[in-house]
Amino acid sequence: MTDQSGQPESFEQLLRSTTGELIEKIEQDQLVDAVNLLQQINDARNKNLYLEVGRLTRALHDAIKDFHLDTSAVVGGKEEFSDISDAADRLNYVINLTHDAANTTMDKVDASLPLVNHMGDEARVLREEWARLKRREMDADEFRDLYQRMDAFLAATEEQATTLNSNFSEITLAQGYQDLTGQVVEKVIVLVHEVEDSLVNLVRMASQVDKITGIRHENTQQETEVVDDSPAPEGPAINADKRGIDVVSGQDEVDDLLSSLGF
Amino acid sequence: MNKDMKILIVDDFATMRRIVKNLLRDLGFNNTHEADDGLTAIPMLNTGNFDFVVTDWNMPGMTGFDLLKHIRADPELKDLPVLMVTAESKREQIVAAAQAGVNGYIVKPFTAAVLKEKIEKIFERLEK
Repeated sequence: MTDQSGQPESFEQLLRSTTGELIEKIEQDQLVDAVNLLQQINDARNKNLYLEVGRLTRALHDAIKDFHLDTSAVVGGKEEFSDISDAADRLNYVINLTHDAANTTMDKVDASLPLVNHMGDEARVLREEWARLKRREMDADEFRDLYQRMDAFLAATEEQATTLNSNFSEITLAQGYQDLTGQVVEKVIVLVHEVEDSLVNLVRMASQVDKITGIRHENTQQETEVVDDSPAPEGPAINADKRGIDVVSGQDEVDDLLSSLGF
Repeated sequence: MNKDMKILIVDDFATMRRIVKNLLRDLGFNNTHEADDGLTAIPMLNTGNFDFVVTDWNMPGMTGFDLLKHIRADPELKDLPVLMVTAESKREQIVAAAQAGVNGYIVKPFTAAVLKEKIEKIFERLEK
């Protein structure tokens, strides 16, 4: 960050040094000169003001430009990724990735559950048959059936195990979104910090501008009266444990709170 | 508790609707329908003869909290049980939901066991 205090101070020096001269001119009735001096002060003030605003604009511009950094180095130059050039797009990308990952995972679970259920059901039937065989309660025809059924079961199980294996691999692969979204979110966090720095800078610059222009602010931070009784939704509580008592830390506290209300 | 009861799942995120739908299916509830916010839920509730609503809080258009208040203010719908499943975890919000007449409140992330317990509790209380 550059030092913002230089310009206004030199303006203050100018103001101080010129004021004496100005009073002198007025006392000597040299009004044209006095008006010229006033104009000089005014010009210096404007110049400083433009400088400060210009600096701020540049700082914000830089922050935004920095955010457009080419990310192809991070994700292997994928076309669709390098086209994402602003925070909203990046965050939408996060939503899409997590959405796809969740759906892939649930699709694979949906596809795997019937296989597992079928395997379990068949094994249960076979075990009962097997027990009958061990108790020698089975005749030759039944044994032939069992023999064939066992053969089919083993073949099917082998095939289903392969399918399950590939489903599990795909579920694991789908978790790759964490890496990608993490990188994107980190970049957005950097931007937010840069914007915050720029805004803090803006506030500081604005205070210099106020000083130059002599503007005094009324207290503008009037709390707007909330008439609506709906507490505004704010999404998941991040760092709930650090939030203190206004946020519950889990379902147990919700239950406690509700039961204290007669639930 | 009637396993064939008609349930409306209201959430703006398709993934969360799917998770809730799958969990309900695993609990034996197959008659589930979906809406993506309060505004799309209301016409469905008006004509659909629903028995139960599972809603998120934070949604664009109309929030789950406003949907809850709408349901309680509508003479046709006022007795419809509403379970809130939401990431909103401020005490003030939970109290407001309770005062607005919510039947149950689950904070995300949640488990299948919690969902089952809350649904059972809601209908146990209603049947008393």
